Amino acid sequence: MPVTYIQAINQAMHEEMARDENVMLLGEDVGILGGAFKATEGLLERFSSERVVDTPISETLIVGAGVGLAIQGMRPVLEMQFIDFISCGFDQIVNMAATLRYRHGGQTACPIVVRGPCGAGVHGGLYHSQNPEAWFFHVPGLKVVAPATAYDAKGLLKAAIRDDDPVIYLEHKFLYRRIKEDLPQEEYVVPIGKAALRKEGRDVTVITYGSPVHAVMKAARDMASEVDIEVIDLRTLLPYDWKTIRESVTKTGKALIIHEARLTGGIGGEIAARIAEDLFEDLDGPVMRLASKDTHNAFAGPMEEYILPNQEKVTEAIRKLAAY
Amino acid sequence: MTEQKERELYFWLRLIREFEDRISALDKQGKIMGGVYSGKGQEAVVVGVCHDLRPDDWIFPLHRDLGAFLVKGADPNRLMAQIFGRRDGFSKGKDSFLHGGDFSRCIFGATSMLGSTLPVAVGTAYKFKIKREDRVAIAFFGEGASSRGDVHEAMNFAGIYKLPVVFLCENNFYAYSTPNELQFAVEDVADRAVGYGFKGEVCSGNDLHSVMKAARKAIDRARGGEGPTFLECKTYRYHGHSEHDRATYRSEEELITWESRDPIERWEVYLGKRKYDIAAIREEVGRRVKKIVEDAVAFAEASPVPEGPEAMEDLYATPITEG
Repeated sequence: MPVTYIQAINQAMHEEMARDENVMLLGEDVGILGGAFKATEGLLERFSSERVVDTPISETLIVGAGVGLAIQGMRPVLEMQFIDFISCGFDQIVNMAATLRYRHGGQTACPIVVRGPCGAGVHGGLYHSQNPEAWFFHVPGLKVVAPATAYDAKGLLKAAIRDDDPVIYLEHKFLYRRIKEDLPQEEYVVPIGKAALRKEGRDVTVITYGSPVHAVMKAARDMASEVDIEVIDLRTLLPYDWKTIRESVTKTGKALIIHEARLTGGIGGEIAARIAEDLFEDLDGPVMRLASKDTHNAFAGPMEEYILPNQEKVTEAIRKLAAY
Repeated sequence: MTEQKERELYFWLRLIREFEDRISALDKQGKIMGGVYSGKGQEAVVVGVCHDLRPDDWIFPLHRDLGAFLVKGADPNRLMAQIFGRRDGFSKGKDSFLHGGDFSRCIFGATSMLGSTLPVAVGTAYKFKIKREDRVAIAFFGEGASSRGDVHEAMNFAGIYKLPVVFLCENNFYAYSTPNELQFAVEDVADRAVGYGFKGEVCSGNDLHSVMKAARKAIDRARGGEGPTFLECKTYRYHGHSEHDRATYRSEEELITWESRDPIERWEVYLGKRKYDIAAIREEVGRRVKKIVEDAVAFAEASPVPEGPEAMEDLYATPITEG
């Protein structure tokens, strides 16, 4: 039976909590309610309130206590009800968790996962639409992942929980119930640090992740007669899979980076710079970026549409790059 | 209390004082890079709390609690190497002073965002509780940090779950230069405990007996499943916030008043009342602590200075190498 993206997250939580009694969950409304989006449904009933903790509205506490649990051998998953609220736990992530191992000279690990719904396209407005990956992309000591499929949502969450470093897990709420696929019966994980080559192509490399992966795949199909697109779904943003990018761009000579997070200071800028520096001789056109416009996530329909890198803009950007 | 215990406590007070004084002197000589935050004058607080702990209890000291490291069993040599930024320090040179804890002694390294360790201590205490472990967590913070949201969130959560944690507030009346009347509108910040559903206690942080008594009660309460305590110790730092701070925001009279309540002198008076030969004890302990600190300095000076590329190590427990 096909499994939705959010069901895949729920399955990963169930499986990991059943596999390892030190895996636990802290967050707002994750227990009795089963999560604002039902990502954590059934966990409280199955694993007790000691391991599934309905916390007060205290993001700093959620992350900080997660670190305190992690140094004692636990593997806490820390839910931000909306990823926008991660700003309230920011110091504990960037100054406490990310530096923990470093400032202790390698004496300890910090196996926490901070996860929550990110992304726009659902009329969420300013505080229920954000894509905060760039804030964390800049922080050594963290890992950042952003699955685009149900398969990856499950496999990456399981990998994140088993990883000994702090992982920011960004789940795109637009995808929660809009995509589904059959998942393997057997156990699997998706390794952190490995991109997925979604489609091979000769003409243009599109590097993307999260929700826009689907728009790019549609473009690749719709535009098949005019341009042969290679699609890289990064899946892990920090550290990103440079080898896959390098091999692809060396082959196609053209690179377009697409993300839903806004343009300025976004991850696309870093990847573009790296391509320009390292692969200059291989390029047949400018390294291009398509991202949300540099404004807040406006609420009203036409404004949200105007801001986001929608299907039309994806097609247009690919066409523009292919023309070089 | 046995004579042996009384002498041991005296030894800790003196060792910390010797360590602090030496670091301040080394700082003046330019031998230490970075900030030095002297806890001189506050020794009774860390001794009174930490002497009573078990090896597997965790402490979360703040930047001024060098003494807590020593009493909890950290190797003085490595502690000095840490302060010198050498490879044998707990941070292996990656950060300064008390930002590197010693996990082998259940000592956590703080960040500079004071109060940020309280949520971490609470998480640790939560683990002790759900795993039915007979252990406690001691979270140190200053009265200045009490104004931070981290402290509120941590205490609120600890109250809900009656966690085995002691919130140990070292109220030394100044957060850098900011006096208490600009920090909060109450006399005793421990009054806040009632709002979190647990006990608040106030004690004299310069009186070892007072700290020991209050700390014992708080630790027993935590071990007994009765939940947290907000224990406020009123004390005073003789030096500025850090060694470069001349503390011009406070009066000479105030400093003199507090120096007259010196925790070590007070303990000597007590030992004298017990009819011990205080002059002999003072000299014997003085020799011992001097030797320990001298050895620590020699160790630290001999410890290798880390190489530049070591800055890239210890970022990740499972690094992902680029293909």
